[in-house]
Amino acid sequence: MTFLGAFAVFFAAIFTNNILLTNYLGMCSFLSVSREVKTSVGLGAAVTFVMAFTSAINWAVYHYLLVPDLVYLRYIVFIVVIAAFVQIVEMIIERVSDVLYAALGIFLPLITVNCAILGVSLFMVIREYTFLQSFAFGLGSGLGWMLAIIAMAGIRRKIAKSPIPRGLEGAGITLIIAGIMAMAFVGFSGMITLG
Amino acid sequence: MNELIQAVGILSAISAVLSLLMVIADRTIANYGEVTITINDEKKLTVQGGSTLLSTLMSEEIFIPSACGGRGSCGFCKVRVLEGAGDTLPTELPHLSEEERRNSIRLSCQLKIKKDMKIEIPEELFNVKQFRGVVARIRDLTYDIKEITIRLLEPAEISFKAGQYVQLETPEYELADEPVYRAYSVSSAPSRKDLVELEIRRVPNGICTTYVHDYLKEGAAVTLNGPYGEFFLRDSTRRIVFIAGGSGNAPIKSILSDMAEKKIGRKALYFFGARTTKDLFLQEEMKAFEGQLSDFTYIPALSEPAEEDNWGGETGLITDVIDRRLDMGEETEAYLCGSPGMIAACIKVLTAKGIPEERIYYDKFA
Repeated sequence: MTFLGAFAVFFAAIFTNNILLTNYLGMCSFLSVSREVKTSVGLGAAVTFVMAFTSAINWAVYHYLLVPDLVYLRYIVFIVVIAAFVQIVEMIIERVSDVLYAALGIFLPLITVNCAILGVSLFMVIREYTFLQSFAFGLGSGLGWMLAIIAMAGIRRKIAKSPIPRGLEGAGITLIIAGIMAMAFVGFSGMITLG
Repeated sequence: MNELIQAVGILSAISAVLSLLMVIADRTIANYGEVTITINDEKKLTVQGGSTLLSTLMSEEIFIPSACGGRGSCGFCKVRVLEGAGDTLPTELPHLSEEERRNSIRLSCQLKIKKDMKIEIPEELFNVKQFRGVVARIRDLTYDIKEITIRLLEPAEISFKAGQYVQLETPEYELADEPVYRAYSVSSAPSRKDLVELEIRRVPNGICTTYVHDYLKEGAAVTLNGPYGEFFLRDSTRRIVFIAGGSGNAPIKSILSDMAEKKIGRKALYFFGARTTKDLFLQEEMKAFEGQLSDFTYIPALSEPAEEDNWGGETGLITDVIDRRLDMGEETEAYLCGSPGMIAACIKVLTAKGIPEERIYYDKFA
């Protein structure tokens, strides 16, 4: 049952409860890095990786160290864990791919304050997920975020050749598209619902 | 009280574990170890990886020009990287042309060293250094030209090609609000690696020349950088004509000393233009080269010799004297150093004599 539960959470996090399109978290880098599919894939993968592992680490830290007396420390502890993790991921990317490192530029360290990542850790606490569910939720949310940003990058590639009203160029049209995408994702909502 | 200790303890423990992890990551993931940079297939540097190529070369005292200080905005720090670099980075693209990208040209300020590298930089840059030295001697060559001998301290040796120039720093003083650099050709022979000799003519109100003539004293500390320039003897068997005026004698003197030491026996003529005998200097030294070199003639020419000069040599404008005396034909190289006006006039005479323009070399210090 727990496995099935985790599976449901995983799918819900990608489609029906996509953290980017239903909660509108992680917009900053979503808008800035979605210009190219290649960099979107890179950042999406980095976010997925960080989300999956920080939610698992934070689950353990929360349940073994903070519960029951110190739960009010969760914000600062979660942030510190995420920051350290991002730093390590940054080192790894710098080692593995110069091009990805240069393309992500400032957005890589900015994952630290990507609210979607802190959001995943906090939702996991509020929704009282088990360890497995938390990991699935983190992984699913990351993949969902990646799916959304790659879709956006694809759309923006087409949009670059389209006549856009001048006042809507850039961020304006991107936000409108994000809204329409969000509505499309709501179409999944009959499938599974998260608490 | 108990809860306070617990809260502080837990938070500290988490921070400590994370810090430990970071230290381990820094020592392993971010540690690129020692790598070897091979420059121009000859020089090998062993350096710590992980920094940019520009800053690493600078710490090895190889100065790649960079105006922006490594931010990737000026595009000056281009270097050819043959091996050891990944794909061109998005931050480099605005500064590289299609052709440069094909030729593996990279911005050294953006490129990080991660493994062994093979690079190519102009030989010239290889040697450019900042030198600190002390003025060993100042002597008057004429009423308006001084010879400054600088003994190098740090680094203690310079290697340059005869004919190249250095930039002398004028510190802040009455006429200069900030340090100013001016180029002067080296007049000493390249074999004297421990010193740099300059011939500096006073330019009315010149920032650097005024400083040198009126302020600089023997024993003073000076800073210079170099060597620079393409004005050096080409390796060939052609005949040579040197033409200089005033302090333009400096690089020619260096080249002649070098030729004497290396026993280069190419036929050579040296026309030196001056107004009166008061403007002539180092006559014995120049004349002495005729004995040291197998086929060399020194021809000083005065344009306005005074009555009391008792001048027995060539008279007239330098261009007229060249026109009269030069008969070496096409297979000749010309080396010119002097005022832009003199150089322009001489190029005309030389091309009329059949010397192709691409074999006429000069430094234009306007």
